[in-house]
Amino acid sequence: MLAYVVRRILATIPVMAVVALFVFSLLYIAPGDPAAVIAGDQATPEDVERIRASLGLDRPFLVRFGEWVIRILQGDLGVSIFTNLPVTTMIAQRIEPTLSLMVLTLILAVVVAIPMGVLAAWKQGTWIDRGVMAFAVLGFSVPVFVVGYLLAYVFALELEWLPVQGYTSFSAGFWPWLENLILPAVALGSVYIALIARITRATMLEVLSQDYIRTARAKGASQGSILFLHALKNAAVPIVTVIGIGIALLIGGAVVTESVFAIPGLGRLTVDAILRRDYPVIQGVVLLFSFIYVLVNLAIDLVYTLFDPRIRY
Amino acid sequence: MNRRSLLKASAAAGAVAALPRFAIAQPRQARLLRFVPHANLAVLDPIWTTAYISRNHGLMVYDTLFGIDREFQPQPQMAEGLAVEDDGRTATVTLREGLYFHDGERVRAQDCVASLKRWMKRNPIGQHLEGLTEELTAVDDRRLRFRLKQPFPMLAHALGTIGAPIPFIMPERLANTDPFQQVREVVGSGPYRFKADEFNSGSLVVYERFAGYAPTPHAGNGLLSGPKTVHFDRVEWHIITDAATAAGALQAGEIDWYEQPPPEIQQLLRRNRQISVEPLDRLPLTGIMRFNHLHPPFSEKRMRQAILPAVSQEDHMIAIVGTDKDLYQTGTGIFTPGTPLANDEGMEVLTGPRSIERARQLLREAGYTNQPIRLLGSTDILAPSAMTQVAADMFRRLEVNLDLVLTDWGTVVQRRASREPLERGGWSVFCTAFNAYDFLDPAGHFPLRGNGTSGWFGWPTVPRLEELRLEWFGAPDLEAQQRIAREIQRVALDEVVYVPLGSYLSIMAMRRNLEGRVPGPPVFWGIRRA
Repeated sequence: MLAYVVRRILATIPVMAVVALFVFSLLYIAPGDPAAVIAGDQATPEDVERIRASLGLDRPFLVRFGEWVIRILQGDLGVSIFTNLPVTTMIAQRIEPTLSLMVLTLILAVVVAIPMGVLAAWKQGTWIDRGVMAFAVLGFSVPVFVVGYLLAYVFALELEWLPVQGYTSFSAGFWPWLENLILPAVALGSVYIALIARITRATMLEVLSQDYIRTARAKGASQGSILFLHALKNAAVPIVTVIGIGIALLIGGAVVTESVFAIPGLGRLTVDAILRRDYPVIQGVVLLFSFIYVLVNLAIDLVYTLFDPRIRY
Repeated sequence: MNRRSLLKASAAAGAVAALPRFAIAQPRQARLLRFVPHANLAVLDPIWTTAYISRNHGLMVYDTLFGIDREFQPQPQMAEGLAVEDDGRTATVTLREGLYFHDGERVRAQDCVASLKRWMKRNPIGQHLEGLTEELTAVDDRRLRFRLKQPFPMLAHALGTIGAPIPFIMPERLANTDPFQQVREVVGSGPYRFKADEFNSGSLVVYERFAGYAPTPHAGNGLLSGPKTVHFDRVEWHIITDAATAAGALQAGEIDWYEQPPPEIQQLLRRNRQISVEPLDRLPLTGIMRFNHLHPPFSEKRMRQAILPAVSQEDHMIAIVGTDKDLYQTGTGIFTPGTPLANDEGMEVLTGPRSIERARQLLREAGYTNQPIRLLGSTDILAPSAMTQVAADMFRRLEVNLDLVLTDWGTVVQRRASREPLERGGWSVFCTAFNAYDFLDPAGHFPLRGNGTSGWFGWPTVPRLEELRLEWFGAPDLEAQQRIAREIQRVALDEVVYVPLGSYLSIMAMRRNLEGRVPGPPVFWGIRRA
């Protein structure tokens, strides 16, 4: 197992190298010029040229790429062209809100969606099943920002239960942290809940038709034990896979959710950096996301062994 | 669960739900002002960039030797006075006593000299002043002296200009930075101190009242003149990119002031009695359509002139601010309406009857043979985006071979810098908007320059405009300036260096419990909680 983990971690190195080359090349050929954005509307083309030169953006592709790779190998993601702040500092400022949002959404989704899916499978064909499926279709169909606006309107503006926007650090207290994240987590979680609930239902239906479930029933096992100990454990592998894939969905959805609820997370940092062509920040954030995604996939592969003893690495 | 336990659980849940409301219902921190600016503050050096948001940040942190008032006259700020000698060839600025930077150091004339030398490399009127300056030195800690090649009656105007970049005073050690590189630290001597430890670009900018700030004793008359007396200990700029979210936060009292709500949000906010929706400034912004003068078809003067009968300033302005006539003006010329140099010379080309047919005919007569016309436009900034849509419709109705390229503003600013012909990625025309203070006079009026490829994007070569600009700098009084301004406008409209598309007011929204705001760019002196 340890050898497998080490092998997988080593395998991330070429993956990250390809991602790095791809991101750098993409930004190089993409239109846009940070020097022009910095100079502003009241600047002449000469001013823009001089700023470009001062930023080193007029140097050849290979020189810039080489310097960037050397810095990355030293653990230095560079400095924002605009703010002069190290990219690592900017990421550090933004990672807590994004992680908080993603973790809370994940917990909410798993806690709500798995029982919903199990219930729908158990009560297949009843109004409960149809209700869960209708919710799932709705969750898929309504965009995150629409859910976000609706929640903000009802629970923040009309009922005044929760704040409209913003983020409070966990260090300021649990409730101030949570109250800012409830609405964003529900909005972002709606798609995720729908996805996991559907997969859980489908997998459970398949498992519930197996012989060993009939045997468990015949030996007098309780409904709860059949559903959650016998069936759910055997249905877990595809569900865990979907949860893992869903983390990519969460990263994408976090960009929208962070904008709607003005959460200063990595999603907004990425969008802002793209709009103003802050290359070092874009490169740093994309590398970080790629690394997280590779690690999540590894974690999921390892979790498989918990649910299915036949899987060995 | 029985009924009693259900009731207990409900009561407990209710109590928990009440907790946050209790916290929110606490009396607001009266000394805190929360503001949503029109853009993210990314660049902290207001000399390195000309972006308005960085200028506004500069107004918080830095001070200037002079500041213009509502009548556009320079008034002393950091300066105690200006003494002009030697037939106008020597000018000495004396600093007020008691000026300190935020790092505790005294403001010295040496700091001002270094700051002005850096600024003169970046600001058009500064560049003109640099050309006239034989020597700029610190006589002692409180006096700096200009030795000029010729008299420059507009010296105080230049040192108090509101056109970006503004001549902000920084410590000498920072002001010695190359003007094309960003300073590494924010240390000013203005009314507020920048809190670097709380800065989170894209989310939060925090300023703290500078206890060592000594407002000028000279009475002011608005804008950047007079004492900058502040009534808040802390000002927070919250960067909220989503307009609906910012509006919601304003309605909920989570923020106090929203600088630039879009028109559809303004309608919503007007219905709230706690919120005042009003113009940010009495002076309007101006929209422009800029042609590329280097390549066909608009390298031909007759082609540019042919478009004019089709341009409806009203259509462009309605697209930005809606149909409320109080919010926009037509008949806009080269200078900002309502300012001393605004005039009606040559305006009949824009105020006469509008006719697509006439424009089509003029295009044919000018020799238009279906050459492609590439219109660059952005989709992410309200005014340029709205004007681009109207312009695109106008070109379609003119039945020209239109190539509409819509991108984000970041791409537009890169593509418009291309001097290549269309087949190599060039462009023909784009629309943008300028702040009122950029079009006050010919000094900082970028699109008005006729200096060809040394000038602003579009690069018209009109030597007569450059001559008139120099004449204007030497004009002895306002009457002479106005006479030159009329001639400038006549030439500019005849050459169609650009097409004015009308002017519009920028609308802001704030909680009604705020009063004393100084009209103009968002500044945080004068304003207080009622």
